Amino acid sequence: MSSAVGQLSLRYWWRKFKSATMMGATVAATLLTLVPLFWVLGYLLKQGLSGIDLAFFTSLPRPVGEKGGGMGNAVLGTLELVTLATVMAVPLGVSAGLYLTEPGRNGLMANAVRFAADVLMGVPSIVIGIFVYALVVRPMKTFSALAGAIALATMMAPLVVRTTEEAIKLVPLELRESALALGVPRWKTSLFIVVRTAARGIATGILLALARIAGETAPLLFTAFGNQFWSTSLTRPIAALTVQVYTYAISPFPEWHRQAWAGALVLTGMVLIVELSVHMLTGKKVRAPR
Amino acid sequence: MAKLSLVHLSAYFGRVKTLKDINLDIPEYNVTAVIGPSGCGKTTLVRCLNRMHEVVRDARVEGEVLLDGENIYAPGVDPVQIRRRVGMVFQKPTPFPTMSIEENVIAGLKLNGSVRNSAQRAEIVERCLRLAALWDEVKDNLGKPGTSLSGGQQQRLCIARALAVEPEVLLMDEPCSSLDPASTARIEELVLELKSQYTIVIVTHNMQQAARASDYTAFLLNGVLIEFGETKQIFTNPKRQETEDYITGRFG
Amino acid sequence: MELKPLEREPALRDPSQPLAGTVRHRALAHRWPRLKVGVPLSEFVFDGITGAAALTVVVLLLAVTTVVIIEAWPAVGRFGLRFLTSTDWDPANEQFGALPFIYGTVVSSLLALAVAAPFGIGVALCLSEMAPFWLSDILGFLVELLAAIPSVVYGLWGIFVLGPWLRDYVEPWLGRYLGFLPLFRGPRVAVSLLSASAILAVMVVPYVSAVCRDVFSAVPASLREAAYALGATRWEMVRMAVLPHSVSGIVGALILGLGRALGETIAVAMVIGNRPAISASLFMPSTTLASAIANEFTEATSDLYVSALIELGMVLILISLLVNVTARLLIYNLTRRRFSS
Repeated sequence: MSSAVGQLSLRYWWRKFKSATMMGATVAATLLTLVPLFWVLGYLLKQGLSGIDLAFFTSLPRPVGEKGGGMGNAVLGTLELVTLATVMAVPLGVSAGLYLTEPGRNGLMANAVRFAADVLMGVPSIVIGIFVYALVVRPMKTFSALAGAIALATMMAPLVVRTTEEAIKLVPLELRESALALGVPRWKTSLFIVVRTAARGIATGILLALARIAGETAPLLFTAFGNQFWSTSLTRPIAALTVQVYTYAISPFPEWHRQAWAGALVLTGMVLIVELSVHMLTGKKVRAPR
Repeated sequence: MAKLSLVHLSAYFGRVKTLKDINLDIPEYNVTAVIGPSGCGKTTLVRCLNRMHEVVRDARVEGEVLLDGENIYAPGVDPVQIRRRVGMVFQKPTPFPTMSIEENVIAGLKLNGSVRNSAQRAEIVERCLRLAALWDEVKDNLGKPGTSLSGGQQQRLCIARALAVEPEVLLMDEPCSSLDPASTARIEELVLELKSQYTIVIVTHNMQQAARASDYTAFLLNGVLIEFGETKQIFTNPKRQETEDYITGRFG
Repeated sequence: MELKPLEREPALRDPSQPLAGTVRHRALAHRWPRLKVGVPLSEFVFDGITGAAALTVVVLLLAVTTVVIIEAWPAVGRFGLRFLTSTDWDPANEQFGALPFIYGTVVSSLLALAVAAPFGIGVALCLSEMAPFWLSDILGFLVELLAAIPSVVYGLWGIFVLGPWLRDYVEPWLGRYLGFLPLFRGPRVAVSLLSASAILAVMVVPYVSAVCRDVFSAVPASLREAAYALGATRWEMVRMAVLPHSVSGIVGALILGLGRALGETIAVAMVIGNRPAISASLFMPSTTLASAIANEFTEATSDLYVSALIELGMVLILISLLVNVTARLLIYNLTRRRFSS
């Protein structure tokens, strides 16, 4: 009779060894993958923290050679751009997501929309920049906050469509049916019962999409363009944190590099706070679409 | 004698206790049926017998399960070894979709490297498929995918696959629940044939099946073992009121 | 026949209510709408609005593609296919050839993917099959963070940290042991094709691993359990149940990662050196389609120059459409199979 613990066949130990090795290899891959995360975050803190003070948020960039200055206009600009993009993309995205989750939407149109949203997420952001440049900047004959916001909204909309769809899909069909059985019209059921039930999921999806587009640089380069001064006008170029960090990073001036690190720290901080709070609030139920 | 003994066995999913302090001796070379209303812990009970319970998130076990007198939950015991000795057939047939019928039968053995040549391989495949009463139906199509078979055939393929590793115990978790009556009858016959060589534990929600195919019956209610005894005694002369209520169809 | 007021709406009456009705019941009855044929206006408006929004998404994708092609047309007409094969990029003389950009894009992305693929798949396996559940939650979150860091931050880190580190430690090592290959010969500079590939690899790993995780979670639990029940070790379970079921999904994930790398702009623009020439060495500066557009677009002086840059964008979007459509089809196929079986 063989023992439960015994049976020391060579083959058995080889199998255990192979399993442990492969398991170890995947753990090693994971740890190695996380090295850049801590490397980046560590450098951001080391180089950026000293550049962050009140002036960073309240003053304008200074010309080369002058000490001090900040990125207040860029912080404000990013907030404005992201807010505008959200105002444009969320109603569109949530409506389209609603369309996809109405019962019986599995036809050609719905699949085409899902497919288009997924492919649109994969379109390089710089191309979105070209698109908005041709459609908005050139007719208006100026770079503008509006153009920047439209570019960001174009990137945000498909994200919102897909997260809305995912969130609503989690609402049990029975809930929808029981509302319909009470005589509630279909549109009211969808809008006030289904969406309200899924609201948390939709909101976190929007937050994640927001964090994503707040970090975009490429589509802003020739739409919002950047601005060294305070501006909130829709029809004038506007500063953005990402563009400012980019401009400063590729400049030859150490003082600007210091500012770039501080800007990058603020930017990353904003993004990570959103990610962290979404994770805390929802566990891992809601994830950014890929 | 007892092949498997459950000693003060409790099982949890997170904070929910699904099995409560079960003590039970499962006799060797017999068929033991586990019956009870749905959600009573039947499936959890058999999954504890080959350490499949712990595969699920947040699942854990307290107490002991003795296999030939040795605790399979003792520290240092490898579940892989236990599962080799205690085979399992699931509720739904689960042939590996990318493997042929032949490869499915041999899948477990191949892990052990105990298939040396093609002659031996062919012999094992034939023997196991014959044991599972499937040989005559598939002998000309061994290269076809396992998923091309009908539901009942797939389930018998899974039984053949489980038998190929020559386990000592065979656990069957409602093996007929997704099958038609004809396939169910074949599998019941099979169970009766196999018990001379294996210790079999079969979970079923079908009391006729338990009465037909088993020698001993355990009745479970809300995670508590209410009664255990010879099948005949349980169905003709239950000692406990709950058992009587259940088998006479008063609830469940 | 004469209809009495109450008999008009019997179909709307709740059958569980007594027919006679209370006073309240009767009072309400007057406000009930008549039975109408067809869709009520409110439904029509609702479907109209949501349908229009959904259609907008499709239109956006088509519009982006069309606008880029239209804008690129002057350059397409002027240079024809020569645009794709010429290495001459000379704005001053209005000579534009895209080959160095295509080369840089393809090489940096493929190199990045070659590094990212084993890591991405490894991470996904670790998170979904290997690590205990609590650990996999934490590690999974950290890997997600890696995807959340803005690309301009990666670029900044690439300029000042990763690039110099590669130059000082990795390039000498590669040169010493693999220097017989032209790939690893040449001057050591911080801005290079190698730096760009390295940074792309870091950015693509979380992407590949996230899609692979979804693909692995589409493997039915019953298959995993069947493998375990046969006495498989963890790795054998992965080989028997998880990987065979996931092949097309993994390929999809890798292609999706490739698409991400092809289109990445800012981080690459910051570390690749932006030199429109093809050289065998990975240590030399290079350029990509996306980074060239980012760098030169606002400086482009002539219409033809702008159009040529947009044609780079056209090549880019056509490549990335091809890549994304392929990847999505592979992944959809897999998830659909999950529902049918």
